[in-house]
Amino acid sequence: MVLSLKELSSEELYAPGHRLCAGCGPSISARMALKGSRGPLVVSNATGCIEVSTTVFPYTAWRVPWVHSLFENAAATATGMEAGFKALTKKGLPNKHIDVIALGGDGGTFDIGLQALSGALERGQDFVYICYDNEAYMNTGIQRSGGTPLGAATTTSPAGKKIPGKQEYKKDLLGICIAHNIKYAATASIGFPNDYITKVRKGIEVEGPAMIHVLAPCPLGWRSEPSNTIKLAKLAVQTTIFPLYEVENGKYKLTMKIKNPIPVEEYLKLQGRFSHLFRPEFKNVLEAIRQGAKERWERILGLCGESS
Amino acid sequence: MTEDEKPLGERMKLPWRQMPIGGTAFQPGSSTEYKTGDWRIIKKPVIDHKRCIMCLLCWIFCPDVSITRSPDQVEIDYYHCKGCGICSAECPVRCISMVEE
Repeated sequence: MVLSLKELSSEELYAPGHRLCAGCGPSISARMALKGSRGPLVVSNATGCIEVSTTVFPYTAWRVPWVHSLFENAAATATGMEAGFKALTKKGLPNKHIDVIALGGDGGTFDIGLQALSGALERGQDFVYICYDNEAYMNTGIQRSGGTPLGAATTTSPAGKKIPGKQEYKKDLLGICIAHNIKYAATASIGFPNDYITKVRKGIEVEGPAMIHVLAPCPLGWRSEPSNTIKLAKLAVQTTIFPLYEVENGKYKLTMKIKNPIPVEEYLKLQGRFSHLFRPEFKNVLEAIRQGAKERWERILGLCGESS
Repeated sequence: MTEDEKPLGERMKLPWRQMPIGGTAFQPGSSTEYKTGDWRIIKKPVIDHKRCIMCLLCWIFCPDVSITRSPDQVEIDYYHCKGCGICSAECPVRCISMVEE
């Protein structure tokens, strides 16, 4: 099942007039996620760019019930709502099934919200968690997070003469989620809307927790052109830096096959946060990024039973 | 201007005792009222409808929901368009150009 663009509803559950930057990737990811919905739903949002900019009091950009509680507990709030709906259904109150979507940024998922997410996944609650990954705490002014990749300059991992930006690799979030033996987990990119929306729908349809990790470029923090947002989201996949795959009931499947990967430099050179890597002294970091991407890609290929 | 004609942001400037508990917003999608079109700097997108193939890529990629879709054509909503240029960059037939305002 792949949903085509023409089949999607033209009804907008996500309204214009929000205060996110021009060319915002997370905004696209939130809108596409709602396009994948199948009926009544509620959204639980962690603190982050989306939360702050879509709901500036008294305005709201949501046409679905939406809750924000704290930074760390998007998953816990979703859990509570799901349990509440279950209890009400037992009393015969809502006559429809209500889907629960939790939405969190990489800060609210990789770092701050990880224990609430882990708890919700372990309890097997029926909800979809969507992590829109813009690879740093962009809302508070570009601080490094567990999702920031190696070599990226942020305000708390600045690039200087000796230090090449962030010195650690990105955390394998989906690996952590898959280890909970959940029904459905997938990576997605906003550059491939059909794939992403189909994955959101699959996540909603499974009975039990589902996790979707979507890459959403941020023009402000990545120091890229706003018009390049989608191009970067595509390049991340085509350079094999961000492999697209899904895990359904423990079975891995590669959803985007890359026959001839584009060199990683093509992806890096469009972003100001990596500009220092092209200086001769940081050649080894560039090589480490290339090597890291290659190793991850081969590991994923192996898990999916594909040959390179 | 009467009280009802004022923008929502003005009407809801309430003393704290009258604020809704939890800062609840009661009007779904009320941000539509807010003009983000004046964020555009220099350029705005213009569609050449003759060359448009209705692939809907601009519609799905727009971060500001500023491309509206009807069965036979797509239109740009300049009241909300922030002029990021994603639609122009991603159009497969290059029929959206960024024009100086």
